[in-house]
Amino acid sequence: MALVDVKGVTKRFGGLTAVSDVDLTINAGEVHCLIGPNGAGKSTLFKLIVGLYPPTKGSIFFDSIDITDERPFARVQRGLSIKMQAPSVFKELPVRQNIQIALQARFSGAERDVEEERLLALLDLAPESGKLAGTLSHGQQQWLEIGMALALQPQLLLLDEPTAGMSPEETFKTGELIKSFNAEGMTILVVEHDMAFVRQIAQRVTVLHLGKIFARGGLETIIQDEKVAEIYLGKTHAH
Amino acid sequence: MFKLLDGPQTLGRGWTFWSCFLAVLAAALIYPVFADSYDVGNFSYFLIWVFMALGLCLMWGYGGMLSFGQTFFFGISGYAYGVLAINMGGGSTTIAALMLSVIIAMIAAGILGYFMIWGGISGIFFGIVTLSATLVLAFFLGQTAGPEWHIGTARLNGFNGMKGMDPLTIGDFYIEGSALYYVMVALIVIVYIALRMLVNSRIGNVIVATRENPQRAEMLGYDVRKYQLLTFVIGSGLAGLSGALYTSWGQFITPSSIGLPAAAMPIVWVAFSGRSDLTATLVGSFLLLFGFQTITVYSQQAALVLMGTLLLATVMLAPQGFVLGVGKLVVDRWTGRRRRDANSTLADTGRLQSDEA
Repeated sequence: MALVDVKGVTKRFGGLTAVSDVDLTINAGEVHCLIGPNGAGKSTLFKLIVGLYPPTKGSIFFDSIDITDERPFARVQRGLSIKMQAPSVFKELPVRQNIQIALQARFSGAERDVEEERLLALLDLAPESGKLAGTLSHGQQQWLEIGMALALQPQLLLLDEPTAGMSPEETFKTGELIKSFNAEGMTILVVEHDMAFVRQIAQRVTVLHLGKIFARGGLETIIQDEKVAEIYLGKTHAH
Repeated sequence: MFKLLDGPQTLGRGWTFWSCFLAVLAAALIYPVFADSYDVGNFSYFLIWVFMALGLCLMWGYGGMLSFGQTFFFGISGYAYGVLAINMGGGSTTIAALMLSVIIAMIAAGILGYFMIWGGISGIFFGIVTLSATLVLAFFLGQTAGPEWHIGTARLNGFNGMKGMDPLTIGDFYIEGSALYYVMVALIVIVYIALRMLVNSRIGNVIVATRENPQRAEMLGYDVRKYQLLTFVIGSGLAGLSGALYTSWGQFITPSSIGLPAAAMPIVWVAFSGRSDLTATLVGSFLLLFGFQTITVYSQQAALVLMGTLLLATVMLAPQGFVLGVGKLVVDRWTGRRRRDANSTLADTGRLQSDEA
């Protein structure tokens, strides 16, 4: 069953067409990776789904409801949750308060306290909970933002390059976390460059190139696609 | 309730802080017993402006909205009090006039704020638009000297200002002198406590989050525009309270209390005090007003130069505010000593408790 349906979406910035007539379906319960070379339109498509950009043409449906004209907060209230490309946390507030602000949208009372501790432990941020978020390492800020996105208990978790700036160990751990969220039934859309990471988590992959859908399918199908290797992976990396 | 008073958004918590608070309050309450009526009247005058400063602190320090419009709402409410008190016949109706004039200021803030916030105006442009509104109002009121400018029996009187309204009155009792002073102290305690609870509540969390990163706050499902509008209306309403109290205190109001020099003053008070903390703003604004008034007796020009110098010094030396800086130093020293004694952890001090809601 389609949780997100992007239908014929185009986004133009002046004379530049960043996304052109894209159709994309994200099924409930899958980990879907959006890949492509730089300038392919991945982040633009991500921001169109999130609501940060209005599409020039086309429609976006979430759970069969047309959300094309809704603001980001309304989409979040429907069950989307977002982690942006650059760490986007409240840097001048303590880590714990960052989590609390996210949690208070869904929880209250003792339930919120329990969830707060669970998230801090899950993300290895409990020892840092009193520090200002801006003083955390880049990787920790990424995790904190993932934690804030998770706090909303979304139906669809959207992650834009969640491992940017992380060490290989942190990247692997993030992948395992994503798989564990998916195992609990969460649908996840990931925009990512790191193919090793994509191999670790993806169930379905969509390849964007020059703003258009270039290929889509299961992970193995995409990896073995010669044309995808040519435009994106590089032949030597594909085999 | 106590958890909201001692939350992470406000400096000072625990029995030490509240003991000091009660000691200062007790000193304020017995002050009229020892002071002459002139000084008590002056203190009432200083306290009038503190509401406006607290409102700006909420908007600028907590909400990230630098408003130059505090005297705009001060003026609207001040003139509204005059018009209402004169037309309603004075006496006990002045209490209703006070409340209505604050509501009028809040409605004006709701209208102006709606167009600015829903129109996407933020940052420096927020300051420019609010300053423009302030200057337009001051300019307009300055041109209302003719007899045709009246609302009911209340003449606006141009630069000479509106006069002739009753002070706050209950029955035959004029609330003046020490009585007015006690009303001011009570109102300040109520407003201060209420604002402390607001900024430490869930709503306060979102207000601060919006200041820090509005896009992230929206991505958590909050319609940040509503929180910004709420902050603007409350902060401007407090400026309105100052305006209505000012008119009832002096029984006059002129456009000069709205214009550019007046509009700049709240910025100086709050910047010098520490915009991100209510207590620092409360204390700092009072001290500055006291100092300003003392110097004005000898030279008004010197007082204005001092205000400008203080603003420059704040920007250069203590961007977070002098009073807040001193307050944090005291708290750090105090909590550091206690931490060494009790081996407690800093992490726990910023924790919101579950039963706050």
